[in-house]
Amino acid sequence: MKKKERPAVNLSAYERSVHLQGRIWDSMALILMLAVPAAVCVYFDAWPPLGAVLKALLGVAPMYWTVGIIEVLTFVPMLGTGGSYLAFVTGSLTSLKVPAALNAMQAAHVRAGTEEGDVISTIAIAASSLITTLIIALGVFLLGYLQPVLESPVLRPAFDNILPAMFGALGVAFIAKSPKIAMAPLVCMVALFLAVPGLAKSVSVLVPLGALIAIGAARVLYKKGLLDEKPAGKGEGA
Amino acid sequence: MAFSVNHPFLYALSAVVVLFVAAQSVFFLVKAARQARRLGISAATVRKTALSSALFSVAPAVSILVGVITLSQFLGLPFPWLRLSVLGAVTYELPAASIAASAMETTVTRTVTDPETFTAIAWVMTVGILSGLLLVILALRPIQSGMLAISGRDRRWGDILSDSLFLGMISAFVGLLFADVRKGLPGFIPIAVALVSALLMALCGLAIKKFRWGWLEQYAMPLCMLGAMALSIPLTALMR
Repeated sequence: MKKKERPAVNLSAYERSVHLQGRIWDSMALILMLAVPAAVCVYFDAWPPLGAVLKALLGVAPMYWTVGIIEVLTFVPMLGTGGSYLAFVTGSLTSLKVPAALNAMQAAHVRAGTEEGDVISTIAIAASSLITTLIIALGVFLLGYLQPVLESPVLRPAFDNILPAMFGALGVAFIAKSPKIAMAPLVCMVALFLAVPGLAKSVSVLVPLGALIAIGAARVLYKKGLLDEKPAGKGEGA
Repeated sequence: MAFSVNHPFLYALSAVVVLFVAAQSVFFLVKAARQARRLGISAATVRKTALSSALFSVAPAVSILVGVITLSQFLGLPFPWLRLSVLGAVTYELPAASIAASAMETTVTRTVTDPETFTAIAWVMTVGILSGLLLVILALRPIQSGMLAISGRDRRWGDILSDSLFLGMISAFVGLLFADVRKGLPGFIPIAVALVSALLMALCGLAIKKFRWGWLEQYAMPLCMLGAMALSIPLTALMR
């Protein structure tokens, strides 16, 4: 019989403080973000017609609000508490923050869902956000010097292939550790993109689908006793 | 007040928000590092995690900067700088700006000069992507409790569930590599780059085990990524 443990429903003092401070920081960030267009309207005395804004939002919000909600449900278990409060302000989740957190947890031998995983994920996301902010700010102020380099046709393939370069290395590390779980979502996703190449524009919407397929396959394998080996991470602090 | 997409006021506004977000990152970094010490995670691991994550982020950050440059042709520099330093992404911002401009009966094919069009775009780009942040503020704790309930009281299943989430995400992006294969040999470039990256990672894993290069563990991912990006240049030249 498998060992069953009561999940830790009581949050630690650290987790409680992260929730409180995270909500405060994120609320302030939200207010600041909304204050920007409001301040521009006031400063330039340029108020757009409400109807036009609502019409445009109707074209944008249904899709992107849904994606945002799906991203929260998919990424929160990976990022942990502190990482989630930070990553959902700093953005670039699928292309940067989530891979950075996964890489950091794997290298530090800690698991997502543990307090160790939470702090390592938070450190990774914070460091990633800071370097990204710094590079963009430097780029903005040194644009005259950098633009010819950044737009050089020689370097173009390197920037076009950031995601393959990232997910090749990340993929081999994670797939090698749980090949049985990886098989079904990999086959389904490859088949899906081969059949409908146009889905490339909606890859973030397909992340939860991949996760659902992986969870379904893992559940079947687990129930059949085919996943008895030790899971990917070690579960202890590094 | 004469409007310009590169008005100093817009730079000042953007700088305030960017500095706020940087301060938030520093706050959480320090808080997590202190908690790591309490949990017995070594200072060296914390330092390596931060350095490795920073190195890992360099290339994607430069790519985001390229996105800022793209958007700056229509919206000036300060607003794209702000949008892509916080929640935004080029894949979202450009369509949102186009839809907002269209609602204002114009297009974003050249620099926006009308302040009302600019503010309409600014509102739509800002509000259209807020759901994730709002949900995190309002419901992160109940969502985490719900996730705990889904994983149930079986710790082993909880671990498998978390691995499945990672693998679901990785599968989606591995599948994406195959989206262009119908275009012939150039369509295989992303697959070749991913294979090179995976091969470099496997070599790093071998070096870590064989030569006990523990230091490489933290830096393997960013090094493989940058190596594969560099090799994508000759690969692209060969396959195009």
